[in-house]
Amino acid sequence: MKKKFWKKFRDRLSGRIFFILALSTISALVVITVFIFVSGMPLIAEVGLFSFIFGMNWSPSQGQFGILPMIVGTVSVTLGAALIGIPVGICCSIFMAEFAPAKMQVIFRPAIQLLAGIPSVVYGFWGMIFIVPAISSNLGGLGMSILAGSIILGIMILPTIISISEVSIIALPRHYKEGALALGMTHWQTILRVQLPAAKSGIVAGVILGIGRAVGETMVVIMVLGNAVAMPESILDSVRTLTTNIGLEMGYASGAHQQALFATGIVLFVIIMILNITAQYITRKKVKK
Amino acid sequence: MANKISINKLNFYYGEKLAIENLNLKIPANEIMSIIGPANSGITTLLRTMNRLCDLTPDVKIEGDVLLDGQSIFSEHSSVTELRRRVGIVFDVPTPLPMSIFDNVSYGPRLARKRNKKPLSEIVEKALTEAALWDEVKDRLKIPAMSLSGGQQQRLCLARVLALEPEVVLLDRPCSGLDPISTAKIEESLVELKKKFTIIISPHNTQQAARISDRVAFMLMGKLIEEGANIEVFSTPKDQRTNDYIRGRFG
Amino acid sequence: MNVNSRTAEKIAKGFIWVIALTVIAVLIFIIAFILYRGLSVINWEFLTSVPRRSGRIGGIASPIVGTLSVTVLAVMIAMPFGVGTAFYLAEYTRGGIVTRIIRFCTESLAGIPSIIYGLFGFIFFVDVLGLDWSILSGGLTVAIMILPTLIRTSEEAIRSVPKTYREVSYSLGGTKWQTIRKAVVPSAIRGISNGLILSVGRCVAETAALIMTAGDELVMPRSVMDSSRTMAVHFYTLVMEGLSERNAYGTAAVLIILVFLINVVANAMINRFVAKGR
Repeated sequence: MKKKFWKKFRDRLSGRIFFILALSTISALVVITVFIFVSGMPLIAEVGLFSFIFGMNWSPSQGQFGILPMIVGTVSVTLGAALIGIPVGICCSIFMAEFAPAKMQVIFRPAIQLLAGIPSVVYGFWGMIFIVPAISSNLGGLGMSILAGSIILGIMILPTIISISEVSIIALPRHYKEGALALGMTHWQTILRVQLPAAKSGIVAGVILGIGRAVGETMVVIMVLGNAVAMPESILDSVRTLTTNIGLEMGYASGAHQQALFATGIVLFVIIMILNITAQYITRKKVKK
Repeated sequence: MANKISINKLNFYYGEKLAIENLNLKIPANEIMSIIGPANSGITTLLRTMNRLCDLTPDVKIEGDVLLDGQSIFSEHSSVTELRRRVGIVFDVPTPLPMSIFDNVSYGPRLARKRNKKPLSEIVEKALTEAALWDEVKDRLKIPAMSLSGGQQQRLCLARVLALEPEVVLLDRPCSGLDPISTAKIEESLVELKKKFTIIISPHNTQQAARISDRVAFMLMGKLIEEGANIEVFSTPKDQRTNDYIRGRFG
Repeated sequence: MNVNSRTAEKIAKGFIWVIALTVIAVLIFIIAFILYRGLSVINWEFLTSVPRRSGRIGGIASPIVGTLSVTVLAVMIAMPFGVGTAFYLAEYTRGGIVTRIIRFCTESLAGIPSIIYGLFGFIFFVDVLGLDWSILSGGLTVAIMILPTLIRTSEEAIRSVPKTYREVSYSLGGTKWQTIRKAVVPSAIRGISNGLILSVGRCVAETAALIMTAGDELVMPRSVMDSSRTMAVHFYTLVMEGLSERNAYGTAAVLIILVFLINVVANAMINRFVAKGR
């Protein structure tokens, strides 16, 4: 009788323990959110949300905290990365899902995994050595620019876009493709008119997560953007992004300056969460459908 | 003879859908009871109710009662694990676990921790012998169970149930997809085993039911249509639908 | 099918092949370039001596130790939480609001950039908990970062265990706990290990979060309370401060080889997992 009780107790206990462990992920997100906000909010309250976000000047030593140039920097580099990464990523996922012979898949899939695994600092370094000088000698300027950042981030977000898009193309029911082919469409027409539209939500979710990666990337942009705090006028100008701002100055900041970096973190956090929630919403809607 | 299992006014729902309707059935001990009927008659559901495997399916509702030796299997006091040890089940496809033959057969006893009695090797040998598999595998008990043939795997699954020394053995179309030799072996062991156990089987065809069973029950769309001794049901069915079914008019 | 659509098909197919091959070529180029310059730097001396004069000369022994200790610590801390959460999601719940919240949190954590983890680790572990810049602070921070990867891969591994294994175990009188331990875990263990290995890869590659939490001490660490650079951080510092191009290439090559090995091991495990079938 005692043994039976112990067994039942152990069963309950294991469930409880797993549940408590599962709560850790919730608490992690909550604690992160709370600490970032608590550390950054005082400064935003002092400066004012509007002048913090739309302020043109960032000069912590004089108590000026405006991050508009960095928001513009983040947006422009991300847009550039998206322009390169999205079409290439979607093409690669079509290649993987539809065209690649088995032998190519054996090479391609691990290669994309490796691409995801290489430390971002290595990409940044490669950008410094290759892309930056190439831009400078062909297009003029310093080379440290939105363009350089966009190219490298565009490559870095490929694995995210490719893996998610590929899965959503492969996951389509077979009869979509077979039906279209049976109607006399060519393989390419089938991909373009049937498979891509049907896999749209998965692809969009992948793209959004890829964009999230570009927005959040730090080391690469520090290394190739030049980090000037000014409004860019062309894609050959140097900019600073939100992440760079934190990464560069956290090492020596203190007081209000440090708070301002956390406030920058809040803005970044909010942008990322909006992207995350959008991607999750899209994926969930797909599941329901 | 005493009834091993009595099913009283059983209603079974998957969500809103009624799968078994007002079913009453008494199953005597030490006999082979065949439950026949076309697909989707609720037979699998009925078998899975008898050892409460249906608990694993989300969103089911059960009304009525099932008594094992006069005790409700749903009562608060009875233990589900104990029930499943007393009422074993063999599924319609062979389901070896990804481990050795020995570990498969000794899986149940190991969980039950019957330290007091015989050593595991004896239990395994006895169970495999009863399931007519011992001679084929006695020299290679350590090999993965997955490497056996389908028929051998199914007998292994039977042995795995027998190792627990249950009182009732449920078999859900155990011979579907098996070769005739394995089927014959399983049938032989069943006839032998009824001396010790109560056996409830959903045979894969009416011929099998006619060959091995003492009593036969016919189910259609969740309802029990007719139940009686083997010869009666097959030679003089009372219900027209039973007649149609066993004459092969449908199902 | 007219001639036009057939030409279009050919062009499109060719175009996609070209893009795919270009991506592979770029990847190979990046790796080959680093290895070409870096492999000649790697020798026993380089791997076993501590950096001197801020890394201008000497090897990368202490960053290697730093990387290993942060990684081991992070995986050890994250494993019970990650695997436990996966078991909860896969075995103990059938949907419902709590599950949805947990899912939301995991997916959100996966999307948060490492610099935010760095900020959090700095304020929480380094500052509030007073752990200072240390391997421990870094390990804890990265542990939270790898949690989503661990949860996702483990949950997939657990869910891919055939339902029949569980049914068989229950039908033989197993309790829930026995069923998980004896029937589910043995089949899921390979997939779970694969997740662990992928998380190791993330730890090794991480830079931004570790600069802010593990510090950049070059001396050989003596305990988890010491600050230490990881290889990625060391590489970054060498490059940005222009200390030694030679050592930078060497460090990068070691990193790439490490990441490559991690991927190979992970893939081998997946393949055996798949080959075993069912």
